[in-house]
Amino acid sequence: MNLWLIPILPFTGFLINGLFGRRMPKSLINVFAIGSVALAFIWVVKTLLGLGELETKYVEHVFTWIQSGPLQINVDFAVDRLTAVMLMVVTGVGTLIHIYAIGYMEHEDGYYRFFAYLNLFMFFMLILVLAQNYLLLFVGWEGVGLCSYLLIGYYFTEQYATNAGNKAFIVNRIGDFGFSLAMFLIFRQFGSLDFTKVFDSAKTMPTEATVGILTTICLLLLLGATGKSAQIPLYVWLPDAMAGPTPVSALIHAATMVTAGVYMTARSAALFTHAPIAMDTVAVIGLATAFFAATIGLAQTDIKKVFAYSTVSQLGYMFLGAGVGAFSAGIFHLMTHAFFKALLFLGAGAVIHGLHGEQDLRQMGGLFKHMRITALTLLCASFAIAGFPFTSGFFSKDAILVAAYERAPWMYWLGVLTAGMTAFYVFRAWFLAFTGKYRGHAHPHESPLVMTGPLMILALLSLGGGFINIPHWLEPMFPEKAENEMLAWLSAGVGIVGIAIAYLFYVVKPSLPESIANAFSGLYKLIYNKYFIDEVYDATVITPLLATSRTVLWKGVDAGVIDGTVNGVGKRSRGVGGILRLLQSGNIRSYAAWVVLGSVIVLLAIGFAGGRQ
Amino acid sequence: MTALIFFIFAGIAVFCGISLVAQTHPIASALSLIGVMGSLAILYLQLGGEFIAAAQVIVYAGAIMVLFVFVIMLLNAGAEGTSLNVSQFAKYAGIVLLAAFLGLISFIIQATLPKTESVVFGAWDGGTAADVGRKLFTSYLLPFEVTSVLILIALVGAVVLARKEI
Amino acid sequence: MSGGVPMSWYLILSAILFGLGVAGFIYRRNIITVFMSIELMLNAVNLTFITFSYSLKQVDGHIFSFFVMVVAAAEAAVGLAIILTVFKNRETLMIDEVSSMKY
Repeated sequence: MNLWLIPILPFTGFLINGLFGRRMPKSLINVFAIGSVALAFIWVVKTLLGLGELETKYVEHVFTWIQSGPLQINVDFAVDRLTAVMLMVVTGVGTLIHIYAIGYMEHEDGYYRFFAYLNLFMFFMLILVLAQNYLLLFVGWEGVGLCSYLLIGYYFTEQYATNAGNKAFIVNRIGDFGFSLAMFLIFRQFGSLDFTKVFDSAKTMPTEATVGILTTICLLLLLGATGKSAQIPLYVWLPDAMAGPTPVSALIHAATMVTAGVYMTARSAALFTHAPIAMDTVAVIGLATAFFAATIGLAQTDIKKVFAYSTVSQLGYMFLGAGVGAFSAGIFHLMTHAFFKALLFLGAGAVIHGLHGEQDLRQMGGLFKHMRITALTLLCASFAIAGFPFTSGFFSKDAILVAAYERAPWMYWLGVLTAGMTAFYVFRAWFLAFTGKYRGHAHPHESPLVMTGPLMILALLSLGGGFINIPHWLEPMFPEKAENEMLAWLSAGVGIVGIAIAYLFYVVKPSLPESIANAFSGLYKLIYNKYFIDEVYDATVITPLLATSRTVLWKGVDAGVIDGTVNGVGKRSRGVGGILRLLQSGNIRSYAAWVVLGSVIVLLAIGFAGGRQ
Repeated sequence: MTALIFFIFAGIAVFCGISLVAQTHPIASALSLIGVMGSLAILYLQLGGEFIAAAQVIVYAGAIMVLFVFVIMLLNAGAEGTSLNVSQFAKYAGIVLLAAFLGLISFIIQATLPKTESVVFGAWDGGTAADVGRKLFTSYLLPFEVTSVLILIALVGAVVLARKEI
Repeated sequence: MSGGVPMSWYLILSAILFGLGVAGFIYRRNIITVFMSIELMLNAVNLTFITFSYSLKQVDGHIFSFFVMVVAAAEAAVGLAIILTVFKNRETLMIDEVSSMKY
């Protein structure tokens, strides 16, 4: 089946564009960049058609990577139903975003560099998805983190962009630390990192004896996932990551990379289901993040930041789904989220592009007549994310919420409230941007077809994607949860209420938001400044850490101890030499005296120690 | 008889040795050294070393010491001046220490050597020229040849060093 | 002719002469006198060799003594040549004044 071609195709695109792109014309760069990803997508489709029903996992062994005692790590690619979903999402949405980027990045410097990095990202993401063992997954994990850093800091001449890239990478590393520890424990417990071996052993383990170690492993995996998928406490990098170009935000920080944590959790379902405490932790963190991020999103004025917090919130939903045992619902939401969130970001990008770089919602307004296609596609996405009946978001979000109700009713209610807030802030953004009077100073215009084409395709997927019954498809792997019509319609209703409130605030009575903000000014300030979390982290973690590094480690250990020791050795040698040279007095008689003294010592030594054998 | 000769010439040797160290003028020291060598030659004879005794007188006393005397006269070496600030204490302490050291050595030798045999003149006649020669040209042939090279080196060295231009 | 001398007395004599040689080596200031003290030490060692040769009834000690003499001769020749050179350059025979190798 040649699964290895799937990641290698984008990798060749990276190599060609990276090495030779500087001198190639844009059209040629496009051919390699888009072509490699499109070919990967076609190959994925061909492979999946060839594999048919995928009752069992199809594994392909490429080569043996590490063989060291009991540790054996192979580069194995595997396709089962979960992988199939991920592959289609990654390559499909990836191709659309690549096409979109042709138009968006037209006037940017370093065009070839952008596409090279984007292709490299696709390579690593595909490795992550296809991997059959934890270490190979980790390779992809780290790789996408690297590409995220490179692409966030794409405008590397701007300080805020490079800072954002650093922040993303460093915060991710904290999560990766957890992931690494989890891998060590998995190897120690199960003797292997291969998925099949680990999960089979986990299923046959007695629960009482091992629930402790499994809980630890799962919590550490969760730490890794919170870093990569931007959950509490490691979500802080995602809003800052909006410093990158919008296609990057769409692809990496909405559709694919941030979903890696959810994918990894779903993949490790066999481990999680045997550690109930970890599952509950996942659900609680997911729900808390969903609620928390939604509240922040209510007050943001940068359109990309609104969608960034929305992403964090929706990822929280996916984790909630995984945490209550509805893994297939979580993956389903992952897929639909990829559609409508990518669309939201690409649409925002089209707006920004049309306004020549303006991102502030307060400077927009009345753009509907200038950018009809953008506005309509964004409207589709907004309905989808709000959970409007029969859109994709409706099916996926309700699957999660219904499962949450099974676990604990309060989770359901909180989730519904968050859904309402989601609908509100998304439509707030839409109304502020497209209705009313234009408040800015630029000349808005519609985007070219190369950008609106993907928007239209994604809009179709956002509306109709819900009918692809993923939970049914994933049935053999994750048992399906029961349906509950009433709860589903209830949450949809709350969504519609949210839309209505947004309509009230921003179309009917535009002065209302201002007066409410002034009435609750303390709360508003708190939300607007994202609860000052960044400042709190800075004060509690970063500043002490830097201070310790500077005073203790640098001045104390490095300059004091290490340099002191090395220099001290030199100084001592000089000192000893300085004393020894006093022997060279130039006085022959003293030399003679030393000779006699030495010979007396030797005589005494021989006399006392031996010599009389 | 052996004992008598031993004591006489041992006494002369020690006396000359002390005089070598104590005299101020180098010529006196040189002559004292010749005296030591002579007495030692007699003692060698007592010990049956005829060849060595002869070599001692001919080579050591007759050639080397003559060389010394020549050099002393060439350099017109005078008597040593006053010693520079060697404290009286050090001088006398040194003598006492030396005597103690020698006493210690003597005691050790006396105590550790088992039933030493007596040296009687004529008791052993293995030190003739024939015996030495036999050994020298068979077992010790290599050192013999090497020393000849050594003497060559010394010869060349002495000539080079004593030239005018150096 | 009976009444031999215990061999250890010869060794004691040798030790005394050696000690005198060391004393002269340390205490005298004239280079030539120092040299002569060295010769005295060598003579003392020769006596020891001959004595042990008598004791072991082997002639090897004589051979050693012979070689000592040869080396002493060579050393004296070269050493005196050096003394001559030093005298030519430094105009002095006092070893305390030849101290330019001071640190």
